[in-house]
Formats: sequence, C-alpha cells, structure tokens
Amino acid sequence: MKVIVLTDQGPLPLDAPATLQQALCALLQGRDPEQVASAVNGRFVPRGQRAAYVLRDGDCVQVFSPITGG
Amino acid sequence: MSLSIGPVRLSSRFLLGTAGYPSPETLRQAIQASGAQVLTLGLKRTLGTGSPDNGFVQIIRRTAEAQGARLLPNTAGCRTAQEAVQLALMARELLETDWIKLEVVGDEQLLAPDPFELLSAARELSALGFTVLPYCTDDLVLGQRLLEAGCAALMPWGAPIGSGQGLLNPFALRALRARFPQATLIVDAGLGAPSQAAQAMELGFDGVLLNSAVAQAADPVRMATAFAAAIEAGRQGFEAGLIAPQDLAIPSTPVWDRAA
Repeated sequence: MKVIVLTDQGPLPLDAPATLQQALCALLQGRDPEQVASAVNGRFVPRGQRAAYVLRDGDCVQVFSPITGG
Repeated sequence: MSLSIGPVRLSSRFLLGTAGYPSPETLRQAIQASGAQVLTLGLKRTLGTGSPDNGFVQIIRRTAEAQGARLLPNTAGCRTAQEAVQLALMARELLETDWIKLEVVGDEQLLAPDPFELLSAARELSALGFTVLPYCTDDLVLGQRLLEAGCAALMPWGAPIGSGQGLLNPFALRALRARFPQATLIVDAGLGAPSQAAQAMELGFDGVLLNSAVAQAADPVRMATAFAAAIEAGRQGFEAGLIAPQDLAIPSTPVWDRAA
C-alpha cells in the first residue's frame, strides 16, 4: 500500500506507513537532512520529531533552506 | 559606540543585508568593510536537491564567524502571522538563533508591513522566547503595541524596501524617538545614500539596517565603507548635540562689538 504526499517536486509515493524522515530522505537524494528545515501542511516539524511523524495521504511536505536575505 | 538589542551589546550600529550581491567574494568583502555585527538571511522553500544559493550562505556563515557577527534570519515572503511564526521556528532550528527579523507584508506593490498580522506574530514569537525585531511602519501606536508585545527593538521603514528614497517621514521617526526614549530603534529599508543613513542617526536612531543600497552599488565594498562612516558620523553628531534650526541668521563672527 502506498501513501502519496505532495511536494514541490510533485506527488511523491511512499510505502505506507511512511514517516517524514523517509520522505525527506527520498526528496533530498543524499543531501544532509540536518541542513534543511521541514514542514507538513505549513506546520514546522522539528528534526527530532521527523522519524515519528507518520504522513497521511495528501499531506504537503515542504523543505526550507537558508538563503541570502535583507 | 554600541548598539543594545535586549541584553546584547554590539560595537557596530550597521546591520547589513546579504541579498543581491554580484558574487560571494564581493559579499564577503562588503561585510568586512561594513564592520556589521548583524547579518540578515532569508529562508526559501527548496526542491531538496542541489545548492539553492550558489555558496553565498557558506560565505555569510564563515564571514560572520570571523567577524563576530550574529545571523538575523528574516521571515520575508510571509503574508500571515501563522506563516511568519512557522518560518521563524524553522529559522531557529537551522541557524541556531532566537533572533528573528519579523516581516509580514500586507501590500504587494509597496511591500508595506501588515500591522495586524505583524503584531499577532510578534506576540506569539515573544511568548516562544524569540528576540523579535519587527520590520514595521513608522506608526506610533503600532510601535507602542509592538514594544508591549515584547519586541527587542522597532525597525520602521524609511521608505519602501529597495526604493532608495531615504527617510520619507522624518516627523514620524522623530516622534518614535521622542515617545520611546528607552527603546532600541533601527531604520530598516528604503535608504539609498550614506547621507540618508547619517540623517537617521542624527534623529537619534540606534542603528540602520540596509541591503540594496550596498548590494546594488557600482562598488558594493566601497559603498559599505561609506555607509559605515556615515552611520558613525550621524551617531557622533546626535550625541554631540545638534543645534536647533533657526529661521533667521545668527552671525557666528561677533562683529557687533568691534572697534568703531
């Protein structure tokens, strides 16, 4: 059974049950997950909660990184 | 001279933005030339792979560390208090700082702060332990409410972001200074020339935050040097005590008592 989450790269199918940690590993493709912040449905999820955060079908997973800014 | 933000004292009154520089090396040199001890950053939604910033963030981190500067993440791009709070939480995790430059924009053309969402976010973030530095309008009552909400400083705009128009409403800025003599006040946004930064400092403001005027200058490093000098000169002028403007001439040479 699959759960499909929404990302900025498009729909991402994951084997259920899927955690945010698993989604990030799939999205980051080798990049260090510690170097990004994450949110589900617009709500921040701290690093320490990613492994236990079970995603539901249709959840929107967002990844944030620092950039230059004024 | 020092700038106080909460319990923290900084030796520079120049806060510098890091966006829009022609290269990471130019940014590094501009930071050094500015002497800034506060550098602003943003957060961006990324697609996960690749480097979203072409090495700029790494340069900022290294230069900040070498210069003893603090990172000040912003909430640029947020339109609601909820968005701003969530982004601030992510910034705290990523950059390991409780400081946040709170931006909540309510008008797309002028990038004008939304005072209602801003205040709501400021209250929530202060309760969460953040040191909140709100980018705000120069409205006196809003300033009062933001200070009551626990903000560590007020950062009213001089003019719309990136416009380079200088201080459009010196009256309002003077009023803020007069009504909140103990508050830390920093002009944020809209400056285009070092003389405008000096003017802000002569009004008694505690610091200046700017980005575009340096980043988009023909020579950003030299412009950073110029702004640093102007900010210091303006502060020295304020502390020295400016004379009051007069409508009529007052002779400086005491010729009236010369021998007939």
